[in-house]
Amino acid sequence: MKRLLVLENGEVFVGKGIGSERERDGEVVFNTGMTGYQEVMSDPSYCGQIVTMTYPLIGNYGINRDDFESIIPNIHGLIVKEASAYPSHFRSKLSLDEWLKHFDIPGIEGIDTRKLTRMIRENGTLKGRICSSEVNVDEVVSHLKEIPFPTDQVSRVSTKTRFVNPGTKERVVLIDYGVKKGIVKNLVAEGYEVMVVPHNTTADEIRLFQPDGIVLSNGPGDPKDVPECIETVKALIGEVPIFGICLGHQLLALACGAETVKMKFGHRGSNHPVKDLRTGQIAITAQNHGYTVHADSIAETNLEVTHVNVNDGSIEGIRHKEELAFSVQYHPEASPGPEDAQNLFKEFREMLEAARKGFTHA
Amino acid sequence: MPKRTDIKKILVIGSGPIIIGQAAEFDYAGTQACQSLMEEGYEVILINSNPATIMTDESVADRVYIEPLTLDFVSRIIRQEQPDGILATLGGQTGLNLAVELSESGILDEYGVELLGTDLDAIQKAEDRELFRTLMNDLNEPVPPSDIVQTLEGALKFVEEIGYPVIVRPAYTLGGSGGGLVYNEEQLREIVTGGLHQSPVNQCLIEKSIAGFKEVEYEVMRDANDQAIVVCNMENIDPVGIHTGDSIVVAPSQTLTDREYQILRNSSLKIIRALGIEGGCNVQCALDPYSENYYIIEVNPRVSRSSALASKATGYPIAKLSAKIAVGYHLDECKNPITETTYASFEPALDYVVTKIPRWPFDKFDSANRKLGTQMKATGEVMAIGRNLPESLLKAIRSTEVDLNHIRFSKKLDISHEELRKRLIEADDERLILVAEAFRLGYDIEELFDMTKIDRYFLYQIKRIIVMENDLVNSGWDEESVRDAKALGFSDNEIASLLKSTVQEVEAFREKHNIYPVYKMVDTCAAEFASETPYYYGTYEDENESKLTAKESVVVLGSGPIRIGQGIEFDYATVHTVKAIQEAGYEAIIINNNPETVSTDFQISDKLYFEPLTVEDVMHVINQENPIGVIVQFGGQTALNLASDLEERGVKLLGTSLENMDRAENRDKFEHTLMELDIPQPEGKTATSVKEAVDIANSIGYPVLVRPSYVLGGRAMEIVYNEQDLLKYMDRAVKVNEKHPVLIDRYLTGKEIEVDAISDGETVVIPGIMEHIERAGVHSGDSIAVYPSQNVSNSLKKQLIDYTIRLARGFNIIGLLNIQFVIHRNEIYVLEVNPRSSRTVPFLSKITGVNMANIATKAILGNSLTSQGFETGCLPEPELVSVKVPVFSFAKLRSVDITLGPEMKSTGEVMGRDYTLEKALYKGLIASGMKIPTHGSVLFTIADKDKDEAMQLAKRFHRIGYHLLATEGTAKTIMEENIPVTTVSKIGGPSPDMLDVIEGGQVQYIINTLTKGKQVARDGFRIRREAVEHGVVCLTSMDTAEALLRVMEMITFSAEAMGQETLMKKGSFV
Repeated sequence: MKRLLVLENGEVFVGKGIGSERERDGEVVFNTGMTGYQEVMSDPSYCGQIVTMTYPLIGNYGINRDDFESIIPNIHGLIVKEASAYPSHFRSKLSLDEWLKHFDIPGIEGIDTRKLTRMIRENGTLKGRICSSEVNVDEVVSHLKEIPFPTDQVSRVSTKTRFVNPGTKERVVLIDYGVKKGIVKNLVAEGYEVMVVPHNTTADEIRLFQPDGIVLSNGPGDPKDVPECIETVKALIGEVPIFGICLGHQLLALACGAETVKMKFGHRGSNHPVKDLRTGQIAITAQNHGYTVHADSIAETNLEVTHVNVNDGSIEGIRHKEELAFSVQYHPEASPGPEDAQNLFKEFREMLEAARKGFTHA
Repeated sequence: MPKRTDIKKILVIGSGPIIIGQAAEFDYAGTQACQSLMEEGYEVILINSNPATIMTDESVADRVYIEPLTLDFVSRIIRQEQPDGILATLGGQTGLNLAVELSESGILDEYGVELLGTDLDAIQKAEDRELFRTLMNDLNEPVPPSDIVQTLEGALKFVEEIGYPVIVRPAYTLGGSGGGLVYNEEQLREIVTGGLHQSPVNQCLIEKSIAGFKEVEYEVMRDANDQAIVVCNMENIDPVGIHTGDSIVVAPSQTLTDREYQILRNSSLKIIRALGIEGGCNVQCALDPYSENYYIIEVNPRVSRSSALASKATGYPIAKLSAKIAVGYHLDECKNPITETTYASFEPALDYVVTKIPRWPFDKFDSANRKLGTQMKATGEVMAIGRNLPESLLKAIRSTEVDLNHIRFSKKLDISHEELRKRLIEADDERLILVAEAFRLGYDIEELFDMTKIDRYFLYQIKRIIVMENDLVNSGWDEESVRDAKALGFSDNEIASLLKSTVQEVEAFREKHNIYPVYKMVDTCAAEFASETPYYYGTYEDENESKLTAKESVVVLGSGPIRIGQGIEFDYATVHTVKAIQEAGYEAIIINNNPETVSTDFQISDKLYFEPLTVEDVMHVINQENPIGVIVQFGGQTALNLASDLEERGVKLLGTSLENMDRAENRDKFEHTLMELDIPQPEGKTATSVKEAVDIANSIGYPVLVRPSYVLGGRAMEIVYNEQDLLKYMDRAVKVNEKHPVLIDRYLTGKEIEVDAISDGETVVIPGIMEHIERAGVHSGDSIAVYPSQNVSNSLKKQLIDYTIRLARGFNIIGLLNIQFVIHRNEIYVLEVNPRSSRTVPFLSKITGVNMANIATKAILGNSLTSQGFETGCLPEPELVSVKVPVFSFAKLRSVDITLGPEMKSTGEVMGRDYTLEKALYKGLIASGMKIPTHGSVLFTIADKDKDEAMQLAKRFHRIGYHLLATEGTAKTIMEENIPVTTVSKIGGPSPDMLDVIEGGQVQYIINTLTKGKQVARDGFRIRREAVEHGVVCLTSMDTAEALLRVMEMITFSAEAMGQETLMKKGSFV
């Protein structure tokens, strides 16, 4: 069935529909990972976005029951060059198309995804709509131009209730702005008792749990859309060790007085080199973010830059100079992507131990 | 850390001649390494024995030594040059082995030479089976469990632990005979019992079989700061069981989940870190298709064939960066040369799929065993890039140049189901095509999976092609269907045949509907970053990224995959053409499909199109680029074969015109031209039927030389001695008809002469005249060539020069030409004129200092030879003697006869150069891998016609102290000469027979000329093969034997009693 991808700049891509026939808008972004489409599609940080996979052959190994990063996917659409109609893998349960249909997510295949990627690279991310070939394109374009970017993604994907993953070691409160399962899995593997709380949980509520440490999760959208979360973080800095990941990293930065800005087209993929300025070591990292901590804004704060992106020099990691708090822009939990940055979970553990021994400073 | 300043001079070791398993990829790696080190200001010394390479160009290193890659010669160069460091990891297995030898000999310590890149310990850990297993165990990385057993009980006990199936390999049996794959106890009992008996040490290795697992390779890099990255992973379409060099491979992996990808990535990085490799490394893994269990199969602690493929597949130049790492740089300090904005410490993201298909030599060796297994048999490979798998696969198939336009045999498949099943299960070089044929016969994916164990994903992708074929047949001339077929990579040829039409009609239809490919960039980053590198592939998409520049351009066609008869020497010429075009002020655009080569290094040309070399694919590029013309004469037969179709489509061919090329290739026109020029050639005629062939042969008299017209590397060429053999030949080797005539020439014995020349139509420059050691009848590519010629009189030389000039002018050659002459009874005859670059161009260019390809290209572009400072005639001969010695890969090709003849069999060549012919020959033979013991035994088995000549050789062998062995007839003749000889019986005769003495290691040389006659020929063949299997030098040409004797006489002192004749009469060349 013929389907269109219409962009706010008036460009129209004609392709074939996959998944749901529903029409949806979203910010069109691209991910350069060659494996891990199932994890990407179920990553809550893509909430509200239409994801283009730059690797052309997607769905080759089907969809399995295990590799989800959330229970209910939140992407608004998927764009691929070719969706495999005949997945082959011993764990495969559904084809890409079947899975998209199941969750009512529209998709389009057969378009020049490289052209689209280059367009996004040149123009920055664009709003777009996957729609029927019958639509009046001009109307869709003006609609796309008018609609604002959504601001409520975090509340859409964050857990509504608190829940505990029991563990035998320290208690870690994980503030869920749209957490990937991978982060929970890593924390549980460390032996922590992981209490997952909704994004809008207040500092006082968190204090009641008497956590040994706090993890600020990843999540979708602009960190400035959730000012109450920034306030919560600000209140907690210095009380317990804090580890921020992705959106959590941006929130920590904002809480410390730094600034965040929207990037032209962000970092999304599994091959971003990050340099640890303390050791000189490089890690190849999984990333998914459209905003970044503004480098110039760090000077006025109590933060120091610990990690930078080798390619564009952007900030990838910060640490509080006086308190036990640090964060990274990328995903140490990988899933999907390389597992080079797993040591960050160890760093967090060391921080918890330092706190227990009574060190108040980093 | 920036580059090291404590080292100044670096010795780089090349990989030597092209053999199966070690091809042009190391020219690419070595060239990149040298350039990369020179860029950094180091003094680079290179040693390589292979003259047909770019890396041995004087400009690639500060000093280039074309010398044998042996401990002796490399030590000599170390003493002379006293380098600070030595880089061996870019010279393949040869380089690595030499590094180990040098280190063990103590010379590196003695001269304080540091092994750069990977250290000895790491090399040994990766190469030694036991050390490797220990390391893997320490790292907790799984290897297939295995054990050495000496009893059946031991075998049963071990298999109880590890489970069936297992592979049993008896120790020290020839070619692993007596072993096999075992599925149950009954088979185990039988095979182990037999194996223990057959093994001379009564041992069998039992290993858990992982045949059928997915085979996945990771190309990894690490620097001294312990940063490690994966450049690329690749998945073999053929599961474990077939050598990766013989497997069809795709990049990136297609059927691995992210979890599996990361498991294997983590292991690969762990291994490279544990080995401490500084540079590139290749890790081969086997992944269970039914679980996440995996095994590490092998680690190559160096750049390899796979890393060349990975470099071309991703755009990430592994060898170049390995060299930088070796001198101390860290990955994050090196720019990614493709984007020029990002750094080398990242992992490339592909937005296309790459397919590699090996190129096997079975078109030349029709007797060879075509089954694929753990011994690599391919001589080269092709790569293709597409946006879907069928497109990538079909482009690769038509790049292989084995007469396939599509995943379909050119002849209708006539095969029983039984035979088909057998070949699908056992896997030979044609399995891919057979899978497609099976789909056409109605087999389904599950059946094919059961037989081939090829992942269903790939089977489905092949099935899509068959479905598309049917759709197209059903829909006819439908725009959408044709568009879909083109997007899936169908050639116009295939579409035409499906629609029962012509290529011209398909072209017209596509023009009408504007169905053309666009060109996308290979940029390492899936378009995430802007990139400047002009490296493109064609695909049927929307956006074209290849931009025209204002500069006028010239398109050069490359030579495709390395095969016997068309080797790396044509890539050498291609690269020099590109440089010359640039120097002449044009933009040089190259089209080629061989991932191993220097010419497909995207930094060589102004634009690289990685595309099949077919008329259709080339025309698309030409339409895109609109060049002033195309140069075809440097890409071997591949490019030449396209010439007429290109001209037909209005493309301007630069250099010698099509008409003149045809005059050289077309027999009748050739004869006519030669008559006009009054230059003699052996009597001969063209036959278009069997009867005509017999008549011609009778009229000119046997022996005759027969061959199909338009051949490459003497394919299917034979010397035929009588009518019976002629009829056999006509039946077996060729399908003669009006379109494909057969040439029949009188076979003239005599000295063969080869001349390469450059012409601009008026001035004809002859850099040199080469003489072959082997008499005419042995393919020039398999002959030892000597420059300057040693046994050609001045008057004959003058005549050769005169003929060459007349031929160049007579054929209106613009560019290069190669002529082969035979001197028969002091008369010169022309055997052939090749209006193109030849195999000897790099050899001759290097020893004469005349860069023939460069000068010829400039002449083609309009700079006359006079303006380039040349005049008509032959250049003066140098003092040094150089020889080009062929190198064969017979050990890898079982059941191929090693007898030299008109059909070319060598895969590569080496050069030897010194002040005398004997010294040059010594170097050449040593460099070619021959061992030259100064004492021992030689076995003669000689055909009657050769006995007189053989007696001369026997005398000389005796004189230098060699013991002679011979079969009865030959022995008798030897005894008549009063030379002591031991008689051995024919195969199967009373012990010891010939095989016994070969197997027992009692002979060092065999001289064997038994090729005719039924039983004799079979015995002769057995002997020659046994010699190969046991590494005994076997010579089938009297001339080669004589040359070897001269060398041995030079290196041996004579010990003769006083009073006897002490002056050894030197044998002369025939």
